[in-house]
Parts: sequence; C-alpha cells; structure tokens
Amino acid sequence: MLQVSVYRFNPETDAAPQMQEYEVETGGKDLMVLDVLEMIKAEHDASVTYRRSCREGVCGSDGLNINGKNGLACITPLSDAVKNNKLVIRPLPGLPVVRDLVVDMSLFYAQYEKIEPYLQNNSPAPAIERLQTPEDRAKLDGLYECILCACCSTSCPSFWWNPDRFVGPAGLLQAYRFLADSRDQATDERLAKLDDPFSVFRCHGIQNCVNVCPKGLNPTRAIGHIRTMLLNRAA
Amino acid sequence: MVTQVTSFSRNGLSDWLIQRVSSLILLAYFLFIGVQIATGIDYTSWRALHDTTAMKVFTLLAIGAYVSHAWIGLWTVFTDYLTEYMLGPVGNVVRPVLQIAVVLALVVYAIWVIHVIWG
Repeated sequence: MLQVSVYRFNPETDAAPQMQEYEVETGGKDLMVLDVLEMIKAEHDASVTYRRSCREGVCGSDGLNINGKNGLACITPLSDAVKNNKLVIRPLPGLPVVRDLVVDMSLFYAQYEKIEPYLQNNSPAPAIERLQTPEDRAKLDGLYECILCACCSTSCPSFWWNPDRFVGPAGLLQAYRFLADSRDQATDERLAKLDDPFSVFRCHGIQNCVNVCPKGLNPTRAIGHIRTMLLNRAA
Repeated sequence: MVTQVTSFSRNGLSDWLIQRVSSLILLAYFLFIGVQIATGIDYTSWRALHDTTAMKVFTLLAIGAYVSHAWIGLWTVFTDYLTEYMLGPVGNVVRPVLQIAVVLALVVYAIWVIHVIWG
C-alpha cells in the first residue's frame, strides 16, 4: 500500500492547511501521480480538489509539488517520485491556495500578459502568411513548447518574493520567444519594458526552473539571451 | 510598496553591469593585496606602497566598487525579504530603516578610506 499525504485546505472553512493521509493500493503498477489522485478521489475522498484535463502533459493543468519537486502529475511516474513508499502532494508553492491542490494563478498570468505574448508586426499582412527562413524558425525551438503549467515560476524564489514585479521564468521564456521571432517588429519596445531592476534582473541563475520544467525547456538560457540583447541595445 | 526608486542606478541593466564590474575590481584589489601580504611586507614598505598615487587611485577605485557592489547586493536582499508581501506593513518600516543604516555605513566607510589614503 502506497502512503500518500495530500495537502488539504478550504479557505472558507479551515483555519489552517493540514496534510491528510491515505493508503492507496497501486497493485504494484508504476502509475502516474495523477492516477493516484484519481484513485483517492474515486475510492477514498471525493472532496479532494485538483485541476486536471488532458492527462498527457499537454494542457499544463495539473502542475503540483510532488515529493518536494514541481511537476505535472499526469506524466510523473511513481517510480520517479516516490521515496520510502511515501508520496507527498502539495499545491504549487508561492501562489494563494483556492482549495486543496488548486492555486490562484492570477499573478502568474498577469506576468505573462505583461510581456505581450503575441506577434507585433505593423507591416501589411501578406496574402497567405509571414514567411520565415528555416534558420529563423529554428530559433523558436525550445521556446514555443512552453505549456504555461507554472512549474518553473513557482519553483523560483525570486518569483516567490516578488511575484508582482519579477516576470518569472515562464514569462521570460515567452518574452524571448517573441524577441527571437524574425517576424516580430517590437523588439526595442519589448526590451525597454524589461530594463528595470525587477522584471529580468531578479533572476540569479539558480536554475530551479530548468530542473523542474516538464517539457525539458531552459528558461535560464532564454533569460541570458534577453540580458545579452539588453546589453547590445545599450552598447 | 517596493519600488526601484532606491536602487543604485534605477536601471536593471546598469545595476547588473555595475555589480559584475565592481566584483572584478574588488577581486583584482584583494588579489593584489593578498600577494603583497603573502610575499612579506613590513610597515615601511606597506606605507611606501600606499603612498604611491597609483595605489591611492586603486584603493579609491576599490572602495567605490565596494560601495556600489554592497548597495546593489543588499538592496536586492532587502527588496526580496523585507517587504510588505513578506512581513506585512512592518516591512515598509524595517526596509527603509535598514536601507538608511546601510547607506550611512557605506558613506562612512568611503569617507574614512578617503581620509586614510589622502588625509
């Protein structure tokens, strides 16, 4: 029997959060963490609350803190997460808890909105599409794949301390995705908005974001590229 | 509320650049001083070394680097941990008080060094 400890908190009725213990029979299978949560909800306690949707690592809904490390419950196998037959599941750190494992992601989305995550091009639209060379298109690899699960930003202490000012690794990865796009014409305006002491420069390169990204992306490298672009712009 | 108004240059790139350049200056200074001490130095030669204009300029450069490096680093620490977000309303009292204390200490250090080497 797998020992599972789940963070429970209902701000409307509970004075403080608590960890609730469950024993789950996995039948010796290497299930995903999401499967265990589904079993708890179906067989033990229907009130356990969490987000999930695609269950295959595409939608980014079920970002959770699993045995101390952020990840997507649907693609994290028990063999990767469980230590000493114990599984501890908490909500993503640093964001307000709405209920149990569901967090309020307003601050995360506000930072994403701040970087204007859309192509800005004022030249007349061509009849079919704006073309890129294969080389320019390749510059977006490792950037566009982000699913905004927030695993990276909520593992970043700089985002914990200044979630209203530091854009965070997810937002900055997307900021560079548009800075690197040959079709975007707002490079200078984008860089000007990132040049304060908080938006980019609160990143101290500890690479928690790289460590937890379920898609294997590297926000720290993207942030380094943004710094280089800011330097070149100032030079 | 945490704002950038008390940051060293009020610009992220400048602060970042100043912190890195100042760290190189400090590294060079302490390596130089370390080598002097390691190779054996007495009061007379120590005094002679610091009486040269080049060494005075180097020391002045180092204290400038020290002040800017310390302020940028501590400002970052203060605006991370001593905020209303972290401590509640008291954060908006503790942070400015500590910032003023640090500024005063750094100004005193700088004046003291200038007095020692040029006085």
